[in-house]
Parts: sequence; C-alpha cells; structure tokens
Amino acid sequence: MATVNRPLSPHLQIYKPQLTSLLSITHRGTGVFLSIGALFLSCWLLSVANGPESYQTIQNHILAWYGQTLLYAWVFSLYYHLCNGIRHLFWDIGLGLELKTTYISGYAVVILSVLMTAVTWYLACGVGT
Amino acid sequence: MAQFTLPKNSKIYQGKTFSATVDAKNKKTFRVYRWEPENNDNPRMDSYEIDLDDCGPMVLDALIYIKNEIDSTLTFRRSCREGICGSCAMNIGGINTLACTKVISDIRGDINIYPLPHMSVVKDLVPDMTHFYAQYAAIKPWMQTQTPPPPDRERLQSKEDRAKIDGLYECILCACCSTSCPSYWWNSDRYLGPAILLQAYRWIIDSRDENTGERLDELEDPFRLYRCHTIMNCTNTCPKGLNPAKAIAEIKKLLVSRTI
Repeated sequence: MATVNRPLSPHLQIYKPQLTSLLSITHRGTGVFLSIGALFLSCWLLSVANGPESYQTIQNHILAWYGQTLLYAWVFSLYYHLCNGIRHLFWDIGLGLELKTTYISGYAVVILSVLMTAVTWYLACGVGT
Repeated sequence: MAQFTLPKNSKIYQGKTFSATVDAKNKKTFRVYRWEPENNDNPRMDSYEIDLDDCGPMVLDALIYIKNEIDSTLTFRRSCREGICGSCAMNIGGINTLACTKVISDIRGDINIYPLPHMSVVKDLVPDMTHFYAQYAAIKPWMQTQTPPPPDRERLQSKEDRAKIDGLYECILCACCSTSCPSYWWNSDRYLGPAILLQAYRWIIDSRDENTGERLDELEDPFRLYRCHTIMNCTNTCPKGLNPAKAIAEIKKLLVSRTI
C-alpha cells in the first residue's frame, strides 16, 4: 500500500489556544521585537551624537502617534520579557512547574507587565507636562 | 524548518452530513476527520448528529455509536475504554485527550474530532506511531545494570527511592503530550518530545538502574532534549495528570549539576 501520499494531520490550525503556549510564543515574539528595538535605540543615540537637527528629526517621529505606539509596545515587551524571563529562571531551577502554579505565574506576568507599562506611561506623562 | 500550513494533500474539505432521526430530543453534532487511503481524495470533515439519549456518556461511546449505527467505515483505535491503554488518544474539541475518558457533556456545542496533531495519517483517526515508538526504543526503556544481582533476592529499593518514580511510571505512552507540543511539531525528526523524555527520566531516576551517566550522555544534545522551551502544553494536556515538563526540567538540572 502506498504510504507516500498520507496526509499530515492538522496541528496549529485546530489546536485550541492554550495559555501555556500563548505566553510562550509571546515571550519569543517580544524577544524578537526587543531586538529590533535595540537597533532603534542605537539610531536614537546616534542622532543625539549627530547634533540637534538629526535629534529633532528622530524626536518628531517618536512623539508622533505611531512613534508613541511603537514606544509603548516596546515598553510592554520589555516588561513582559523581563517578568516572563524571571518565570523561566524559576522553571530552570525546577520551581513552579506544577500546572496550577504555571497558570498563576502566567496570569501574574501578564497583569504585572500591563501594570508596569501603565505606571511608566503615567510617570512619563507626569514628566512631560 | 517549521511549516505552519498544511501540505496540499492534507487540506480538509467539508464532507457528508448525517442527521439524526426527527424524534431525537437530545441531539449533538460530532464533526469527525475522515481520510481514506484507497482513493486520492483529500481529508474531509463528516458531520454526525447523534441522539445522546441513545449513546453512552464518553466521546468514545459516540464514536462507537457512529461506527455501529451510522457509518461502519469510520476507523479509530480503542481498547480498554478506561484510560489505561492509550489507544484512543486523539484531538477532541481542540485538545489532545483520550476519547474514553472525555465526557461528551464537558464540551459545549459541536464536537470536532481530529487525529493526534502533526502526524502522518494511516486512516481517519489513526495516526502512524512508528516514529514515536522508534524514539521510545532509542532511550532504551528497560533497566540496565553493571553489577550482578544479589544471588538470593531481587534488586530492592527503599520506599523513598520507589517514590521517585511516582508520576512517571503511570505514563501510558498515548502521545497526547508529544503531539500537543509545537516544538515537537516542528522538530520531531530530532527532538524526542515530552512523552519519551518523561520515560527517559523514569529510568534515569530509578535507583536500581546503573547506566544513568550513559543515559544522560545520550540526551545531552541541542535537539533531543533542548528543543524543550518549557511551553508546557504537554502538562496541560496529559490525560493522566502527569507532568512531562517537570521531568524534562529535572533532566536539564541533572545535566547542569554533573558539570559543576
């Protein structure tokens, strides 16, 4: 019997999203996003070194709505990656791997990173005004 | 390389619909993955409407009902019908579990049933387990010793040492965990997957086994062990309530601790 034409059973298409895998892929996503952010950070630093005109150009982009959106996406990514990274460190020493603990720490990471982003926003607005 | 979409021959189309009799009161629809090796058709989803008053409480009861009463060509594995053989592992309502221990009323709405994810399909809900079993054989899942056994008795172990394999020996190798793991989906050619690694740890931690070092050597590999990124889908889905993610973390810890 020909076995070559056997289909591959569906996977990503049908597997119900799990908090466990969702947080995991978000960790990877934020990691990639932060690496891109590191590039932009160095661009920003270069513009500072390059004099007031170039700094102003970059600053105009940062203060525009898209710049702000990106900036807070990066802030959230940073906090999420940090908190979840700490969660991973606990796992690496064998702690918190029970399913219940994983869910608690998972929700904690999401709530904490949203909260910290909000606080950062609040503080930044306070400095701005 | 990870391929996120299904190959051309694996795309699923809408199949036949079988309605329940008009006088059925407690109706439930089961949408079941079908593929027949005899013709060149793609897989399809057939819908079966069942009167639950006429059927047992578990998803496996519904599958048996379909096979007996509606469509005898439906093919699936089953044996013990009580969660100890692992034959009826499949994807039910989006999550891998055993059809025999999954209660129908636990799932709201229509119930989708697929074979275990990212596996080669032999027919309908029957995946090809050859590779999975070969990986199991690769970890040498039996007791290996260097010293001769005591002449007058078995190799004994203390109650404390025996307790170390609790939560490991219960694994029935149903492959629910391995086929729920995205890492295993993309790398199963080289990554052993949660089920096999839990089994490997079962022998590593057994006080009577004397080949611990060799076993760890075999696992110290960027793919065989370290494709585990602690996603934890395995622990989330295990129908026996075991924790493969923790077993893998313990192996990683042993590998680190023997180098320092």
